[in-house]
Amino acid sequence: MTQLEQLRTAGYDFLIDIVGMDWGPDEGLGVIYYLARSYDVADTISVKAVAEGGRENPSLPSVSSLWDVAQVYEREVHDFFGITFSGNPDLRRLFLRGDWVGFPLRKDYDPSVNHVPHTDETFREMDGEGLFAGDKYVVNFGPQHPAMHGVLHLRVSLDGEIVRRVDPHFGYIHRGVEKMCESYTYPQILHLTDRLDYLSGAIDRHGFCLACEQALQTEAPPRAVVVRTIFDELTRIASHLLGWGSMCMDMGAVTAFIYAMRDREKIMDIFEETAGGRLMVNYSVIGGLASDIHPNFQRRVREFIPYMRKMLREHHLLFTGNPIARGRMHGVGKLSLEKAISLGVTGPAGRASGWVNDLREVAPYAAYGQVEFKQKIRTGGETFDRYIIRLEEIESSLHIIEQLIDNIPDGSYAEKTKAVVRLPEGDFFQRVENARGQFGIHITSKGDKTPYRVKFRSPSMVLVGALKQIAPENKVADLIMLGGSLDYVIPCIDR
Amino acid sequence: MEISRRTKIKNIPYEEFNDNEYLEKYVAELQQNGTNVILTSFSDLINWGRSNSVWPLTFATSCCGIEFMSMSAARYDFSRFGWEVYRNSPRQADVIMVFGTVVHKMAPVLKRLYDQMAEPKYVMAIGSCAIGGGPFKSSYHVVQGVEEIIPVDVFVPGCPPRPDAILYGMMQLERKIKVQNLFKLPDQPKL
Ligand code: SF4
Repeated sequence: MTQLEQLRTAGYDFLIDIVGMDWGPDEGLGVIYYLARSYDVADTISVKAVAEGGRENPSLPSVSSLWDVAQVYEREVHDFFGITFSGNPDLRRLFLRGDWVGFPLRKDYDPSVNHVPHTDETFREMDGEGLFAGDKYVVNFGPQHPAMHGVLHLRVSLDGEIVRRVDPHFGYIHRGVEKMCESYTYPQILHLTDRLDYLSGAIDRHGFCLACEQALQTEAPPRAVVVRTIFDELTRIASHLLGWGSMCMDMGAVTAFIYAMRDREKIMDIFEETAGGRLMVNYSVIGGLASDIHPNFQRRVREFIPYMRKMLREHHLLFTGNPIARGRMHGVGKLSLEKAISLGVTGPAGRASGWVNDLREVAPYAAYGQVEFKQKIRTGGETFDRYIIRLEEIESSLHIIEQLIDNIPDGSYAEKTKAVVRLPEGDFFQRVENARGQFGIHITSKGDKTPYRVKFRSPSMVLVGALKQIAPENKVADLIMLGGSLDYVIPCIDR
Repeated sequence: MEISRRTKIKNIPYEEFNDNEYLEKYVAELQQNGTNVILTSFSDLINWGRSNSVWPLTFATSCCGIEFMSMSAARYDFSRFGWEVYRNSPRQADVIMVFGTVVHKMAPVLKRLYDQMAEPKYVMAIGSCAIGGGPFKSSYHVVQGVEEIIPVDVFVPGCPPRPDAILYGMMQLERKIKVQNLFKLPDQPKL
């Protein structure tokens, strides 16, 4: 704790992630903190802490007073490993129900004790003691709600039309991916990474491949590196289009959604031709790509760039310039830079608050080092900034693709890897910039063909933390729009 | 054949559909239980209306939901089949389309939504997750297919299924609706 305090004072103000660990009966339970400085997010350090009190009463001091985001990270570790964080005010279950027995990510967890429940979770189990005490009007928003992007459940305390407090509930799509990874081989895990943040599927998978390649000390051939980068950027455009379309729909503009989906289909066609899948491209593999690009790929992408530019202008004309839309977005939901950093809000939402955090520029991986690219920064931190930055990022993605598409190197598309991939012993951490922010992958390997522990850092989880921060004092109708402007993907949060 | 005439879908001949045996068996079963399937034209008229305006309740939990969005957008456009009025309240919906993984915490919610729907009601399980847990079958928190919770009429496999596959699944449901008798609906299967 004191060491962490020192680091915090020394400028490590960005807590990237807290990884809960079960090192086995000898070493016990604990966590790994990943930290960085907000002005230099490329440079990370990790701190390991072993919990005291054995397996019965493991406990660690809380760091939620140093970093806001730690509150929810610690709750997650508590949920999965049963570690108590003294000083953390709220340690309810985060993903699992209040009546769940045991801690699933511990190595000695017995899955046969929990069955599919038949009754609803009670509000008492959800809220704990006194969370909404004194609030007159509390409404449920989700988990099955058309305007909620996925199955998030918000408990919202209202005062008339004004939101007083928001308490998000996760776990309605908690699929236990991290535990499953422990019994899957590395190539098998790749299929799960696609399905976490399905709108950035190709990017997340790329990240996992990079983590494995870093551990194996190999590199994908140059052709694969460039094609992967193009795929990442196309995925980002598709994701931003959907994010834009659904945000506009949240504000009542259904036409925008139809337009966005129309443009997105062009990208789906390109993906399908080369990789065989529309949404789940399943394209990167450890050591390269699953197959070579289709002969039409370059031509199609070249055609897509001017098309998308033209459509972007149309989108601006259609919605950005609309006085009603502007009126609703300006000055609403301000997220300050300090809060964005303390909450770990990376990605477009963080950059809209003025935080320089785009890994493509500050810590270039894949082919980003070879291209001219400047990340988009805005300083307002308002809903409008978060809205417009996505459209601007589509433009910069097009610019990246433009530079790469004619320069795909010849050669093989994949390095030969052994049928069974074994990572050397150790901890590995890799981050990539997906459409929502920094997606992190932590792998602990003991040299087997399956990992010992895998943890994903979800950029969407912190976005819900940001919603909790910016929603109060706004109208309940704007809550939906604020959620749209943050553009989170729930299965990535729940994992 | 009588069934093929009654379950006609525009532009697709009866023989080109898969799983016709299921439909024939289903009709035989209905008749055995005393439901007169060879119906009057009045009943046919009702079923014609019913099968062409099935209002879905969307229950999209994850990735497959994005393909549902594609399906509702301009290119695949499921309004062509009269399905476009997707309802967000179970009280107004005829079919619940389950897209995506259903996990333990979500299971009671799905069951409650199903219970709240008015009869006659149908269920489509779309994507391998809804069918049997899909890629997450070995997880500690995933329901091994929605059939554990609610009875399913149509399964659409895929991870995710293409929008065309979902459209095809919807046509299969239409055919099933067309052979039923609204005034003497079969009992809901017991789970
Ligand atoms: S079937 Fe596949 S695409 Fe559909 S929800 Fe499951 S994992 Fe996602």
